[in-house]
Amino acid sequence: MTSKIKDGLILGLIYLAAFFTAMLLTGIVVFVFIKGSGFLRWSFLTTVPSILKGTEGIAGNIVNTLYIVSLTLLIAIPVGVGAAVWLNEYADRSRFVRLVEFTTQTLAGIPSVIFGLFGMMFFGRTLGLGYSILTGSLTLTLMVLPLITRNAQEALKAVPDSYRFGAVSMGATKWYMIHTILLPCAMPGIVTGVLLAVGRIVGESAALLLTAGSGYSLPKTGDGIFHKIMESGGTLAVQLYLNMSKAQYDAAFGIAAVLICIVLVINFLTEVFAGKIDTVKK
Amino acid sequence: MRTKISDIKIRTERLNIYYGTVHALKDITVRIYANKVTALIGPSGCGKSTFLKSLNRMNELTGGVRTEGGVYLDEKDIYSPQVDMAKLRGRVGMVFQQPNPFPMSVYDNIAYGPRIHGIRKKSELDAIVEDSLRSAAIWEEVKNRLGQSALSLSGGQQQRLCIARALAIQPEVILMDEPTSALDPASTLKTEELMKILRTKYTVVVVTHNMQQAARVSDDTVFFLNGELVEAGKTKELFAYPRDSRTRDYINGRFG
Repeated sequence: MTSKIKDGLILGLIYLAAFFTAMLLTGIVVFVFIKGSGFLRWSFLTTVPSILKGTEGIAGNIVNTLYIVSLTLLIAIPVGVGAAVWLNEYADRSRFVRLVEFTTQTLAGIPSVIFGLFGMMFFGRTLGLGYSILTGSLTLTLMVLPLITRNAQEALKAVPDSYRFGAVSMGATKWYMIHTILLPCAMPGIVTGVLLAVGRIVGESAALLLTAGSGYSLPKTGDGIFHKIMESGGTLAVQLYLNMSKAQYDAAFGIAAVLICIVLVINFLTEVFAGKIDTVKK
Repeated sequence: MRTKISDIKIRTERLNIYYGTVHALKDITVRIYANKVTALIGPSGCGKSTFLKSLNRMNELTGGVRTEGGVYLDEKDIYSPQVDMAKLRGRVGMVFQQPNPFPMSVYDNIAYGPRIHGIRKKSELDAIVEDSLRSAAIWEEVKNRLGQSALSLSGGQQQRLCIARALAIQPEVILMDEPTSALDPASTLKTEELMKILRTKYTVVVVTHNMQQAARVSDDTVFFLNGELVEAGKTKELFAYPRDSRTRDYINGRFG
């Protein structure tokens, strides 16, 4: 075989592999949308399951998902970004810092169901928060913290030292320099971490089933936000799992289609912000 | 006439600096005169940059630095515990080897320092921005692009922007750490012209690798070697009649 033919053959295989990868995504998306299309009606998105009214929508799950995403981020962003700033700007390269970094990495590798188990026992039982959106959010905070911290830390590391020296040489205090120069420069990286975290929250089922339960009712008017977060609430992914376990495949595919839409939007946003990081570095 | 105390802007007394176990500066006693350009020369690693950074305490940003002896700005010890670092660095500005404008607009770069020091009024900031850019001889080039990113300027423009940024905090002393080593010849020439103008209002201390530059721009020269001060004096005298043989060898290019 001449080397030219060999080259062509290998090139062909590489193209095939690439084509296969692309088709995989397209195939899954198309399959899910076709199977779920029977359920993708406006009423599916705007009602909750009710035998009286004969509806079986997922509005409650959508609201729960929004609650859990917002509440988790509300806790995880300040803690995660704060930890990253401390690790990168304040801490000396001590053994303790390496320990914290090691812990963060390990935390990211723990299966989510174990987080669920821990969250249920600690937040649910010991702290008495029960099966609630709050318990679920606190559990997920532990899960996504490594994502947010690591991305923020990488972004802070990428900020040139010359900016730090420049700011300090003009009399800026460390904190002034951090919030006027470092955080704005690191913002695309921080946002990337946050979007990855949103992706994980939206897709999580095991940990949430054990901590936030599977409630699907809409918040009652007049109860206020705080009442809702103490109630049980299943996200879309949790509801999808429950539908599957009850062999309600069509509804499950309907939810899957909605979830895929959300994930695609998040991925798109991540691309946009990740692209921005590169241009900042240049 | 040069011994009048009011002419001395900065003096160091037996200044010793250690990086961990490395003795980077040994017993440096120097006088830096007001409204003069003082050049610090010497081969790489001789301690000239360390000396420069001791004058606004930027050395301390690197961990493990120990400073002994005194540095006096207008006869006040800048290493005394009561010193307010923000105020000190407001009086002693700095320009770095690599132009380091922040990734923000030209205007915000210049306004950064004044904002640290509490100036918020738009009209006041506008005036400072224009004055600083004029003083750094870059106003004409950027006056129509104040809102554009400073990173879009050329290297030479960026360095003059950084000089303008240092001027905007209205310092008394400007420290320059090899400010032209990253610039092309034309930009170098502009920056050198600028240094000569700046001394009418400021005290300028410049670290340079370049003998010709020291000879062209400075009034006084201090020669460092291996962390020691070998010779200091008026630039013309030092270059024409070096007292120490090591000075003679260095300025004649025998090493360095």
